Amino acid sequence: MTHDPARYGVDGSGTIVTRPLDGLTLIYHRPSGITHIADSPLPEILQALERAPGTAAEVLTRLSEGHEIGDDEDALEGLETHLATLVSLGLVRIAR
Amino acid sequence: MKHSFGVAIGPASFRIGSAWADPIRWLKTLYSDYPQPDDGVADFTVLLEPAGALRRWWRPSIGLGGDYRLPDAAPLALRHGLLAAEMGMNIQMALGWRRHLLIHASSVEKDGRALLLTGESGSGKSTLAAQLGERGWRFMGDEFALIDLESGSAWPFPRLVSLKNAAIRALRAEVTDPERFGPTLRETPKGDIAHLVPPRQAVSRMRDSATPALLLFPRFGFPDDLRPVPEGEVFIRLTQASTNYVALGEAAFEALHRLVTTVPAVAMDYRSGEEAIATIESLWAEQA
Repeated sequence: MTHDPARYGVDGSGTIVTRPLDGLTLIYHRPSGITHIADSPLPEILQALERAPGTAAEVLTRLSEGHEIGDDEDALEGLETHLATLVSLGLVRIAR
Repeated sequence: MKHSFGVAIGPASFRIGSAWADPIRWLKTLYSDYPQPDDGVADFTVLLEPAGALRRWWRPSIGLGGDYRLPDAAPLALRHGLLAAEMGMNIQMALGWRRHLLIHASSVEKDGRALLLTGESGSGKSTLAAQLGERGWRFMGDEFALIDLESGSAWPFPRLVSLKNAAIRALRAEVTDPERFGPTLRETPKGDIAHLVPPRQAVSRMRDSATPALLLFPRFGFPDDLRPVPEGEVFIRLTQASTNYVALGEAAFEALHRLVTTVPAVAMDYRSGEEAIATIESLWAEQA
């Protein structure tokens, strides 16, 4: 039995406010009122998910449009780790 | 309440009610140059109440009450009544103020520009601001800097300066008018404390804001050192130094981001107040 890959999403556009800060990114999450300080590529992943929900592979495709991304398999694995971090922070949810 | 007193400090105003006359007498003396609350209505009420049924007379001790209170605040002896009133006002500001981003910092002003000093208790921020206030700067406050959510300006909150231990001696050497000092309160939970009335212009200009121009993180008792503080670290330290950052939500996020990205920040370790003041004057001259 195979499982469909997880789909990730943010709570609609405009729920996240980002501001640059000395090479880092400040993230204000409107639904929770929590501020995060994040390093690349977390802000870019959020930006990609603001366009639409997607699987890790779909997010990777979106990211590769504007960024230099290395070996596909390693990149996908790394992206899944970042997505898990964003889920644990409450910034990204697993879309149903 | 049997005894009461009203006062406006910067944009905030207080009514202090007390079961005893003595704390109110001191407040009236030390705050005699301050205005009353606009239209007679105070933003906050502070109550100095007996800490238990018999505590009005027998080993009198003060329980702190008011609009906002800390549930686990320990009672204070009646002889520390002035400290209790000041703590009560601080608690109201820390827990209840919503009109500005409130940062636990002292501040002074020169030429319309503000220097903010923030750090742990014992960092010397209060003493340095009080000393600068006697040396050509306008004292704006020793406890809270109020950052305007729209304009980013710093507003004064020039309550009495709370001098602790060695700072009492340092300011007694600087301030010649004995009338500006309150009683020395011995053996408080924070050691010996004396309150100092800020210079006259700090009170007369308590409603003049200033543009933040330099943010300093002083640390007393370490070998002299100066280092720029990266924006990320400044942001985190200021969210920790603010009592209402979370409550104010996105408005505070934007105000703090603007403050952090427009005002240079420097950490200053020092071992002598005089050297620290010379360093501050020199840093300020560089910024001008």
